Amino acid sequence: MPYLQLQNLSKSFGPTKAVQGVGFGLEPGEVLALIGENGAGKSTVVKMLTGIYAPDEGTISLSGEEVRFTNPQEAWRKGITAIHQETVMFDELSVAENLFVGRHPLRTRWFGGGLVDWKKLNAEAERVLAQVDAKIDPQTPLKELSVAQKHLVQIARALSQEAGVVIMDEPTAALSKAEIEDLYRVVRRLKAEGKAVLLITHKFDEVFALADRYVVLRDGQKVGEGLIAETDSDRLIRLMAGREVGDIFPKTPAELGETVLEVEGFSHPSEFEGVSFSVRRGEILGFYGLVGAGRSEVMQAVFGLSPLARGGVRLEGRPVAIRSPADAVRYGLVYVPEDRQHSGAILPMSILHNITLPTLGRIVGGWLLRREREEKVAMEYAGRLSLRAAHLDQSVSELSGGNQQKVVISKWLASEPKVIILDEPTKGIDVGAKAAVHGFMNELVQKGLGVVLVSSELPEVMHMADRIVVMREGRTVGEFDAKTARAEEIVAKAAGVVA
Amino acid sequence: MRGAYGFREPRAVNAFFKTYRRESILLGLLVLLAVFVALRQPSFVSPKNLEFIWHDSALLIAMALAQMLVIMSRGIDLSVAANLALTGMLVGMLGQEFPGLPIWVLLPLGLLIGLLLGVVNALLITALEIPPIVATLGTMSIFRGVIYVVSGGEWINSNEMSPAMQAFSSPNTRLLGLSMLEWVSIAAVVLFFLLVHHSRFGREIRALGVNPVAAQYMGIPEKRRLFSLYALSGAVAGAVGVMWVGRYALANTEVALGFELQVIAACVLGGVSIAGGTGTVFGAVVGAFFLVTLYNALPVIGISPFWQMGLVGVAILLAAVFNQGAGRVAGKQILRKEGAAGD
Repeated sequence: MPYLQLQNLSKSFGPTKAVQGVGFGLEPGEVLALIGENGAGKSTVVKMLTGIYAPDEGTISLSGEEVRFTNPQEAWRKGITAIHQETVMFDELSVAENLFVGRHPLRTRWFGGGLVDWKKLNAEAERVLAQVDAKIDPQTPLKELSVAQKHLVQIARALSQEAGVVIMDEPTAALSKAEIEDLYRVVRRLKAEGKAVLLITHKFDEVFALADRYVVLRDGQKVGEGLIAETDSDRLIRLMAGREVGDIFPKTPAELGETVLEVEGFSHPSEFEGVSFSVRRGEILGFYGLVGAGRSEVMQAVFGLSPLARGGVRLEGRPVAIRSPADAVRYGLVYVPEDRQHSGAILPMSILHNITLPTLGRIVGGWLLRREREEKVAMEYAGRLSLRAAHLDQSVSELSGGNQQKVVISKWLASEPKVIILDEPTKGIDVGAKAAVHGFMNELVQKGLGVVLVSSELPEVMHMADRIVVMREGRTVGEFDAKTARAEEIVAKAAGVVA
Repeated sequence: MRGAYGFREPRAVNAFFKTYRRESILLGLLVLLAVFVALRQPSFVSPKNLEFIWHDSALLIAMALAQMLVIMSRGIDLSVAANLALTGMLVGMLGQEFPGLPIWVLLPLGLLIGLLLGVVNALLITALEIPPIVATLGTMSIFRGVIYVVSGGEWINSNEMSPAMQAFSSPNTRLLGLSMLEWVSIAAVVLFFLLVHHSRFGREIRALGVNPVAAQYMGIPEKRRLFSLYALSGAVAGAVGVMWVGRYALANTEVALGFELQVIAACVLGGVSIAGGTGTVFGAVVGAFFLVTLYNALPVIGISPFWQMGLVGVAILLAAVFNQGAGRVAGKQILRKEGAAGD
């Protein structure tokens, strides 16, 4: 029996089966790569392992003993620790304080032993940091560290907590080459110390450099596992990408018109360089890439959200200066952000108010708003996406994810844009709502809009888009005709391996 | 069960009470307060006294309405009382110099001066990106200092104050049975009701207050809206300044000292959340009335002035606790609610 054993784990969100019957084991001193596309269910597995989600079915055992976590602290106390970019750390506190947050060493004398023993804290921190070869002064404020150094601090924290299982979720996503080398060294060290390491990634160089075994997930199911030594990247790519496509992608071809949006030589000091693309009327341009490839950053820059970005934008052949989203919207270029909850909709406000907000200028008859006109607009566009709600005064926060997305998109329809950029429009919504969003994209192009579809889901890009631009590490690395492109080729380009 | 798509109704049923729950409760408390005081001193609820309270509340109402909109945007304007006093002084000096100037010149002039002072705030907040609380804290002191500079520390007293200004703010000057300040409060309520609840500006300010990031993504020009907002807040303070010094027949550096806190208190009592995004005209008006009623009622029932400020503070804290509670009860809608179908 392996040290950590997952058996038949399943988790559904509403009708969406995020993970179905996944099982694998992990031994001490072993690095297991859990690979799969975005949306394949990797993070759901991690969240079940770390006590964020409770599995619907299946068991997790440690040393043969079944464990159940009702919260992340329990998982952590059992020695399962996860390192990912979003881990909460305290920017204003020192590295040492971050390492020992909640368990500061205390002085025994004075005030009943309630004072922090700073000397001991810093000494302990130094010892722990040395374990991961991190040359960081423990008294440095965390905010002064690079992303890579923060990772090291997280790993050091995990080590100081006697973790048996270390889960690394896309640990190199924002690291430079040299920093990645450092991280590799630390992972090998963890392995040598007998930790069980679960590496979540879709970068093949990492998989081949570090892992002993692999498990591939696709659509929430395990589709393959084996020894790294007995496989190659071609085979893994086939496992990840190969699948039948249902009729959730009902692409209806639209007539292509003249070029409506041209983006030329967009660069940003740290995020992307020399990105150019164009979209024609009636065309869906797919933007594929791994998470962190810089796709959203480019789109946000085009939308006027990134003051440091440089580059030219032409709409309908006319050069336009977009300095703010307000400019972009005025020119007929709109952007539906990935982060629906925080930047897509104003959740506490009503459906009606959300839908009409960007177009109030057009709806206002004179100085005052007219409820009837607003209702007419909202009913029309909400109806077109078959939004489900009790009434238009319901607040958007009360709706399901799919319906929220419908509100987000319908508000832009009302503004009658020329180009619409959809950033991961179907992320985290169920199949039914997905189909509605896709159907609606078809409708958009039929009406002669240009659509940019940013997506990490390859089947979505391949079946909805006419052309596909692939981005990797801030640069466009390939362009494909969706009809003739092979999935393996696209994945290989995005991952940076030669197929 | 609802159909497979669409809505049962375009509008919510009982929307009024749902929207104005807090305000209705505060209004209830206000009535209770009045009844309680009347039990001990029946003349407190005589029409004459009630009208006096109204006249007394009018300027606070106008100020609270403007502040409400500012707080709704996640901001605050601490400089309003100083703006009021400075504008009052400047217009008062002009009225002193030219006693013949009519109110229809002086009042718009005050509005204009106040607007310019508001523009100073607006520039600090939008161009220099100084947080509103800091920017207006700074201009609050500056405006007060400028009063001293322009007046040389002199007062304008009732003999020197423009007769037109004094007459306008007097409870004895009547138009169709109401005092001018009462008319001003009515005009302010109507104007702000339309602005806050029925105009594009009000809707966008609310959106910026609830979620500035999302509002920006929707193409709302944040800086332009905030600029207008602080200019508006200043304009209201300036106009009120003219009426204020006319009413008390006094202009000096100490005029309306600390009044900005009463204005904010009226908003908080009226359920306007400092976190932004919430606020109604109804709430701000009831909050202002509540505050003034409390100030007027306490001496009537023989509560010493020393207790008054403390009791007002208690009322504010209770309102805050109550509003917090209201927010907490609502919580997240995770459970399935009829009509809010999950797909």
